[in-house]
Amino acid sequence: MGAPKLDSPSEGCVEFFVNCSANASLKFEGRGGDELATMITNALHRAFNNSSCVPRQNMCIVPGQHCWILYVDVLILEYGGNMLDTASLAVKAALHDTRIPKVEVSKNEEGISEIELSDNPFDCTQLDTTNVPCFVTLNKIGKQFVVDATPEEEACCLAKLLLALRSDGTLTAFLKEGTSSLDPESIFEMVQVGQRVGKEMHFALDDSLTKQENLTCKDKIGFLG
Amino acid sequence: MAGVELLSDQGYRVDGRRASELRRVQCRLGVLGQADGSALLQLGNTRALAVVSGPHEIRGSKSKALHDRAVVNCQYSMATFSTAERKRRPHGDRKSIEMSLHLRQTFETAILTQLFPRSQIDIFVQILKSDGGNYCVCVNAATMALVDAGIPLQDYVCACSVGFVDETPLVDVCYAEEAAGGPVMAVALLPRSEQVAFLSLDSRLHEDHLSGVMKAATVACRDLHAVLSRIVKETLQEATAGE
Repeated sequence: MGAPKLDSPSEGCVEFFVNCSANASLKFEGRGGDELATMITNALHRAFNNSSCVPRQNMCIVPGQHCWILYVDVLILEYGGNMLDTASLAVKAALHDTRIPKVEVSKNEEGISEIELSDNPFDCTQLDTTNVPCFVTLNKIGKQFVVDATPEEEACCLAKLLLALRSDGTLTAFLKEGTSSLDPESIFEMVQVGQRVGKEMHFALDDSLTKQENLTCKDKIGFLG
Repeated sequence: MAGVELLSDQGYRVDGRRASELRRVQCRLGVLGQADGSALLQLGNTRALAVVSGPHEIRGSKSKALHDRAVVNCQYSMATFSTAERKRRPHGDRKSIEMSLHLRQTFETAILTQLFPRSQIDIFVQILKSDGGNYCVCVNAATMALVDAGIPLQDYVCACSVGFVDETPLVDVCYAEEAAGGPVMAVALLPRSEQVAFLSLDSRLHEDHLSGVMKAATVACRDLHAVLSRIVKETLQEATAGE
């Protein structure tokens, strides 16, 4: 819980933090991972930087004074290519799992609002993730382009197109990365392919999330499964 | 100590354990495919992921190389979400740097570094969930990762923390016991030779109690050694049975 931003007093905040740990790859040791981490943080921030992605109005408690701040921390444990897409999928899954406790606001005699948290820990709302975007990265290799690139493919790709897509196919952010240039014609083609892939990805994720919810505690996927 | 009763009259601790009882140990070797060695170890609610790479050529400046033995490089970091209060920086703060140093000292004693002159062995440990005894879990996880990487060791390094409340040593302290402010001793032991690889004590402890606490720590480390070596054997058996 914290104070809302000055330019959006009636909205909650979503803060991203990405950490590329040294575990993931030797080149991330020390400060080595900061560059990739900043890239992913900024890309996520850009994609989520409109009020329709996460219902931020619902995260406001007292306009101008109190709101919920969601800290989204991404920790990269192993590097196997296509980091941004994986991170954004994990963010969506984590947001889906997020519960925000219900609070009641009352004003005392001096007009100062008091916030009361419900005693029941299960008295909370689930975050609506229908509009949460996920990234689809299209890597241009030679004259072709591929999605979900492996590290080897990433090493030989010259240009990348990062698309943040909602489950209905709406674009929320768009970024071209890399040293080579892209032909406008091919960009349209890439966007079309990206939209199709994005829809499939969202569908697959939603499907597995619903399956997860129905599982009992015992057979959930975990490291020590 | 105000408020919480750390050891009840019946001899139970805040989490229901006996004074000399360890928390549940779960461990899996080789969790990450890309690394030379990796292990995920969970001691109660504290969970650490250790990754080992090497021995390989010295990275960065070649002047760091030692002509007679390998350089051991450790990095300790804590996930921002590992504690109840969100952490701002995963690594690079004073506590993490100190922890990295302690880990390095511990493993320089245990690894047969003289076998790999002019090379480097990296040990990266990440705390994913923290509930007391971070150093000990890191040491145990790193040992398992080193075993997974096949790096020659003098012996397993088993670490355990011991607190001291009401004239009784409490083995493997959890966060609540650690935060109460009593003395906590962290011991890393090479169980077969019973040599101490690392020893640290926070807060004060009377000299008379030292031997009792050390003894409790030694027993706990030996117990841990039994569990860890059983896990390694089981993992190896599974791996060989699959072929």
